[in-house]
Amino acid sequence: MTVQGIGAPVRRKEDRRYLTGRGTYTEDINRPGQLHAVILRSPHAHARILGIDTSAAARMPGVAAIFTGADMAKDNVGSIPCGWLIKNKDDTPMAEPPHPPLVPDRVRHVGDQVAVVIAETRNQARDAAEAIQVDYEVLPAAVDTAAAAKPGAPQVWEQAKNNVCFDWHLGDKAAVEAAFATAHHVTKIDLVNNRLIPNAMEPRAALGEYDRATGDYTLYTTSQNPHLIRLLMGAFVLHLPEHKLRVVAPDVGGGFGSKIYHYAEEAIVTWAAGKLGRPVKWVADRSESFISDAHGRDHVSHAELAMDQNGKFLALRVATIANVGAYLSTFSTCVPTYLYATLLAGVYATPAIYAEVKTVFTNTVPVDAYRGAGRPEATYLLERLVDKAAREMKIDRVELRRRNLIPRDAFPYQTPVALQYDSGDYQSTLEIALKNSDWAGFESRRAEAKKRGKLRGIGISTYIEACGIAPSAVVGSLGARAGLYESAAIRVHPTGSVSVMTGTHSHGQGHETTFAQIVADTLGMPIENVDIVHGDSSKIPFGMGTYGSRSLAVGGSAIVKALDKIVKKSKRIAAHLLEASEADIEFKDGTFSVAGTDRSVPFGQIALTAYVPHNYPITELEPGLEESAFYDPLNFTYPGGCHICEVEVDPETGVTEVVKFTAVDDVGRVINPMIVEGQVHGGLAQGIGQALYEICVYDKESGQILSGSYNDYTMPRAEHLPSFTVETHNTMCTHNPLGSKGVGEVGAIGSPPAVINAVIDALSPLGIEDIEMPATPQRAWRLIQTAGMARAAE
Amino acid sequence: MYSFAYHRPVSAAEAEALAAKAGEARFLAGGMTLLPAMKLRLAQPTDLIDLARLGDLRGIKVSGSEVRIGAMTLHAAVAASAEVKRAIPALAHCAGVIGDPQVRNRGTLGGSLANNDPAADYPAAVLGLNATVHTSRRTIPADSFFRGLFETALEPGELITAVSFPIPERAAYEKFRHPASRYAVVGVFVARTGGGVRVAVTGAGPCAFRATQLEQALAKNFSPDALKGIKISADGLNSDIHAAADYRAHLIGVMARRAVAAIA
Ligand SMILES: Cc1cc2nc3c(=O)[nH]c(=O)nc-3n(C[C@H](O)[C@H](O)[C@H](O)COP(=O)(O)OP(=O)(O)OC[C@H]3O[C@@H](n4cnc5c(N)ncnc54)[C@H](O)[C@@H]3O)c2cc1C
Repeated sequence: MTVQGIGAPVRRKEDRRYLTGRGTYTEDINRPGQLHAVILRSPHAHARILGIDTSAAARMPGVAAIFTGADMAKDNVGSIPCGWLIKNKDDTPMAEPPHPPLVPDRVRHVGDQVAVVIAETRNQARDAAEAIQVDYEVLPAAVDTAAAAKPGAPQVWEQAKNNVCFDWHLGDKAAVEAAFATAHHVTKIDLVNNRLIPNAMEPRAALGEYDRATGDYTLYTTSQNPHLIRLLMGAFVLHLPEHKLRVVAPDVGGGFGSKIYHYAEEAIVTWAAGKLGRPVKWVADRSESFISDAHGRDHVSHAELAMDQNGKFLALRVATIANVGAYLSTFSTCVPTYLYATLLAGVYATPAIYAEVKTVFTNTVPVDAYRGAGRPEATYLLERLVDKAAREMKIDRVELRRRNLIPRDAFPYQTPVALQYDSGDYQSTLEIALKNSDWAGFESRRAEAKKRGKLRGIGISTYIEACGIAPSAVVGSLGARAGLYESAAIRVHPTGSVSVMTGTHSHGQGHETTFAQIVADTLGMPIENVDIVHGDSSKIPFGMGTYGSRSLAVGGSAIVKALDKIVKKSKRIAAHLLEASEADIEFKDGTFSVAGTDRSVPFGQIALTAYVPHNYPITELEPGLEESAFYDPLNFTYPGGCHICEVEVDPETGVTEVVKFTAVDDVGRVINPMIVEGQVHGGLAQGIGQALYEICVYDKESGQILSGSYNDYTMPRAEHLPSFTVETHNTMCTHNPLGSKGVGEVGAIGSPPAVINAVIDALSPLGIEDIEMPATPQRAWRLIQTAGMARAAE
Repeated sequence: MYSFAYHRPVSAAEAEALAAKAGEARFLAGGMTLLPAMKLRLAQPTDLIDLARLGDLRGIKVSGSEVRIGAMTLHAAVAASAEVKRAIPALAHCAGVIGDPQVRNRGTLGGSLANNDPAADYPAAVLGLNATVHTSRRTIPADSFFRGLFETALEPGELITAVSFPIPERAAYEKFRHPASRYAVVGVFVARTGGGVRVAVTGAGPCAFRATQLEQALAKNFSPDALKGIKISADGLNSDIHAAADYRAHLIGVMARRAVAAIA
């Protein structure tokens, strides 16, 4: 390890820009002649639009144009596409209703886009938007996830009977049924995975621009994947060829998944810029974010685990209803299927698994991937179920896990739900976490807390996830409508500094540092000499962006491949300069030398020679030093580990405090341990947020959002969190050149069940065995009250 | 935000005169409530009368029997005041648990009382300590100041200038914070004076109110045990997604016991 190379805890290069307020976010970009767009949104969850009268609004000061769905339809603007086709059990395709950027005749959730007002200032556009008269015929709304597919529920789409988007399954049903028939005991559980609102620090924004002279369009947008937006918007919605459309995602203030998708506003401003010949900017305010950013999670599940008399898992059966909201967002359909059911083996050697997932439309904001995406839902279900099984079987919960973990020597391990785990060491992450958390000493802490009037509990979760998304051929066979490789181009400049163009996108993850460390390590130079370029489709090679903890495992691997080519070519140049054979050239610490001699040439001189090829093997080798590579992974990567949480519940108020949290994660090769730790901390905060604080609440009748601002939507705060004890115990990914697995999502995936298992452990002396997420004070208090009354009645 | 005329008077009289002339005037203090309401287009005053230059409205004076705080005094100033901490520590504590540091460094006592948010903290202190609200026109006793949801005894254009708090023997404020907004789901202010015991509750009803049931029990026996058996009715209490009325009723009891325990 060098001071700045792989494994070094280097401070993040990008932080100076972020911390001093010098970042350039989409809203910071202003183009000459720019107009401002305000979207008129539906106040109703479900209504027919009988008429829209824009005449008064159009006459208001500063208004340049008002467009409705009818105007976009006239221009043949297409439907926002869904990126993943899921098939029903009977092999028929899912229901795929249209998703126009502005709705022509019917609104389907509070916040749906009805019209756009474009004016000289944002305030003028707002004034005019208020003057638009929309005649709505309000319809009954389908809101509740579990009730949406029941007979008599209001219908969101004609083409989705009973609101079912698809009814899908995975696994061997017959094998599962056979195993259940022989089971000694079956543990059953019903769970809700609470709906979340992503809340990136920077609200979404989009700025469209059109150049009349060239016919070129540019879209600046808050995106995690500018090329994907260019592809989806260009090819499907606006029918613009890619060479005439540039998409730029500049600094982006967090995404957590919510900025993956192609959103209506991007198409609206780009299209409107073309119509008006002036740039058009839209910026969401926070209230708008709550009703227009894709939400996360929202599952209702029933699961059953069959065991033999020793607690060995024989089979698992799961039935889940997942809410996709009113429209199919870009990756909405793969989240509750291939990112969820495939993870139901967890870290356990369960031989047979069968999962059924029914996905329903409702009159709510679309639901899509949110940090973890499918994997937190699977982990929560499994880890709650295993704890319950341990209680019912009267086997210690750690012991039950130990008995069922996939053995160390079983890798590669083929699960019954499609995935093949390449590496892992679940025994060690479990044992280290038990030790770091002083699991054995817990009872004395419980007793001490009791003296203070607090109920203390401890909870555990042993988890796995699949990330490093994704092998293109595999996902293609499962319905993905895109490849999921990654690209990199490395440009060595004549004086030896390096620019790396990556197809991934950094919106807080620290790629500008981590990727530079990989280059610095290979080429033996300081990271200051390496610049990471991302986010501009006119500067970078076609890449798929950042989500699913893929950037290092897939994007980093593409960089390694491109670096290999740079080193290979450099060796040939060195061999020429040193008058040696290429096979004798060694490269170390930035210097090429002839093996066994003191003859050497530094990397900088190779670069200069490549661009000033006076003494150069010009007949054999092209000048210049620039290489690119695409990397398509052979498999997913499988980070995993063990999270242990300790809580104290105040029985008088129901308030739960997280007092201790221990995480031991296996993330493969670590490039920058400080960034890894930061990613785990952030993920844990989000996981604890889901477990204790966050929930999107809709009024079940009207479909109005009741948690539509920070007055009601509880984000976790620093004071809610203890000082985390975080460690990694890493086994290498066997199929990518770095050995890295990914760390972006582990915190949010492993932690929620650890928290809830701890709360249940705390409340268990009262006879309480279940609490829903988020375990709010009121929920806990109610359970405590009921338990108290039950006891009094005994 | 809609457009409005902005004024910056230098005296209370000028402020009142401006308010009388305007179509729909609003005084601007810390702006922590008013400005978000304007940005969300929920409030649309024609005239905004900024009180920032009314120096007389700012400051803390402690005499033998009372603490007098100017309407424009920041929550942070009250929370940090050594004099307030000495005279009525519970009042400094109450100011110190309002919102977050940013809010406490903008928000003012007068703004909080004039706004009379059902979940605001100061009203509990004003009512619990039997304070007097001084306005540009009169003095209003705490018991008749808070009228209902966002409703006070203030007349249009009437300006709060200061509040005087009689110094109690002992007082305590216990707050159950709203998990999201940090306002009070329930806040209970208990004060013991020569004249008796006062218990004021905020967060639970349309505006702060006195819990006479608890006051009577504590008058007989000032100890947490005196409150143990008392069941507080949930009738008329607030209900929302975080706390239903019965939970709030329960929290009144818990917060009251904790406040009493702190000073009994
Ligand atoms: C994020 C956040 C969290 C908060 N948390 C809490 C909390 O936990 N507890 C709590 O109690 N409060 C809380 N608040 C409210 C805050 O503490 C202020 O008390 C409140 O915003 C009003 O004070 P202000 O000075 O900002 O008044 P402004 O917003 O300027 O004015 C509010 C109203 O009072 C009127 N007004 C102002 N001054 C006078 C005066 N002298 N005479 C007559 N009328 C006047 C104005 O015209 C306006 O109608 C919070 C606010 C925010 C933004």
